[in-house]
Amino acid sequence: MKNTHVKRVDLIFERTECKEVFAKVITMKPDDICQEILESGLKGRGGAGFPTGLKWRFTALEESDEKYVICNADEGEPGTFKDRQILDEVPEKVFCGMAIASRAIGARTGIVYLRGEYKFLLPKLNKALDEFHKLMKEFKHDFEVRIRLGSGAYICGEESALFESIEGKRGEPRNKPPYPTTSGLFSKPTLINNVETLDYCVMIMKYGAQHFQELGTKDSRGSKVFSVSGDTPRAGIYELELGMTVAQFVAEFGDGDTKAVQVGGASGFCVPRKRFDETIIGFEGVPTGGSMKLFNSSRSMYNVLHNYLEFFTEESCGQCTPCRVGCQQLLKGVEAVKKGEKTSKYLDELLKLSRTMKIASKCGLGQSVGNAFSSIVENFKEEIIY
Amino acid sequence: METVQDLVHVLADKHGRTRESLLPILQDIVEERRYLSKEVMVDVARELDISAADVFGVATFYTFLDTVERGKYVIRVCKTISCSMKGKGDVLATIEEMLKIKPGETTPDKKFSLLETNCIGWCHKAPAILINDTPYTELTPEKVTEILREYIKK
Repeated sequence: MKNTHVKRVDLIFERTECKEVFAKVITMKPDDICQEILESGLKGRGGAGFPTGLKWRFTALEESDEKYVICNADEGEPGTFKDRQILDEVPEKVFCGMAIASRAIGARTGIVYLRGEYKFLLPKLNKALDEFHKLMKEFKHDFEVRIRLGSGAYICGEESALFESIEGKRGEPRNKPPYPTTSGLFSKPTLINNVETLDYCVMIMKYGAQHFQELGTKDSRGSKVFSVSGDTPRAGIYELELGMTVAQFVAEFGDGDTKAVQVGGASGFCVPRKRFDETIIGFEGVPTGGSMKLFNSSRSMYNVLHNYLEFFTEESCGQCTPCRVGCQQLLKGVEAVKKGEKTSKYLDELLKLSRTMKIASKCGLGQSVGNAFSSIVENFKEEIIY
Repeated sequence: METVQDLVHVLADKHGRTRESLLPILQDIVEERRYLSKEVMVDVARELDISAADVFGVATFYTFLDTVERGKYVIRVCKTISCSMKGKGDVLATIEEMLKIKPGETTPDKKFSLLETNCIGWCHKAPAILINDTPYTELTPEKVTEILREYIKK
């Protein structure tokens, strides 16, 4: 293996005595907990990257008879599978993270929204949950967590669609604002965090904000769990310090013939070989929820794009026209160009359409289709046309 | 065998009769009966005192809530990019050949249904499939043949 600057970290899967961490947390003032998370620089690990401590504080500041802590375990982004592994190996830490959050914001109810594809994890999670509730009783902390299952809809990973789903409705995203911190589940202030984010919160309370803050860069503090797949001899789950370039990543995980890396899944960005050196993986460069897919020169980027567009066409909730019709037209459009029914100039029209979708779509799904579309079309035009 | 109405009633007792209970009830019916018939959706609507159109709207939104009859074992083959790159086509062809059905179809004895699905979160161990709730990964035509033989015996 080549010697690179990719630094492995072991926080997420590190065995942790949750009882000790919570014993410390329970003595702290709620706002001091928010402050600690804020100082760590932790940003949401689901992909969007909102500062976690701010989210906690906003929810804490709301006056309400009921507030909710929700763990988003609807991991559906193609190429992402780290949350499954976290829930499988250290579920107690995820629940503990929710308990810390409940203390910080003043909530009595927690819900884990688990994607239907991970239903096989339920027996293990329920067992861990029993232990967790015993622990809460020991501390006389009034907080109960239940698990809700999804049923195969990618869009329910979008926070407001997730609320709709828990409320027993079609998983159609809501307009924002209001944001979940003021009006989320059942219109109550709701704190929703990704599985990995909640695990990091436990580690921040365990080791202190400083420990986390020392890792990574100014814009991307700490480490991150990456889901690595595609053309790589080392497919799997790796926790790495943030701030590396795609080149460093490829040196460690590539097969020697990597021509492109799709960072952030179908809704992320395609980084071609010529940009490996200059592109930083993180919020200052290409953000990611952890999905890293490598493609070598044997792969047709047309097939990759076509696969993503089929995915979005099926998973668009259909509620807003830019996304519903836009996805279909992008898919039909690249097929027509490939078959020669449309000239290559038509790709420019499609790029315009993808930019319109970014502006006019209601939620993150429609807004991000253009990321993959434009980054693949612009960098691999000849593969799309011929 | 209990009637559909009985089942709906029992599930409503278990999960409650508020709108929030709708999805868990539908999920449990699918687990028990493998799909949601028009009749059962009307029963659920009556039990929760909501419009049948609302139940139908929710049921048809979620891919895993089937509204057409499925077999005892529902096989979902992941078709997203990593699985597609790592030999999903051969795995699918093997299943088609063994069960003599195409994606979307059910065997005449109602034992197996074959479907394609989007990313199921096993990209590093592609290609992967789900049979009901159980994932099978790093499949080859040989491996999937072996797995299906076991299910055929069941």
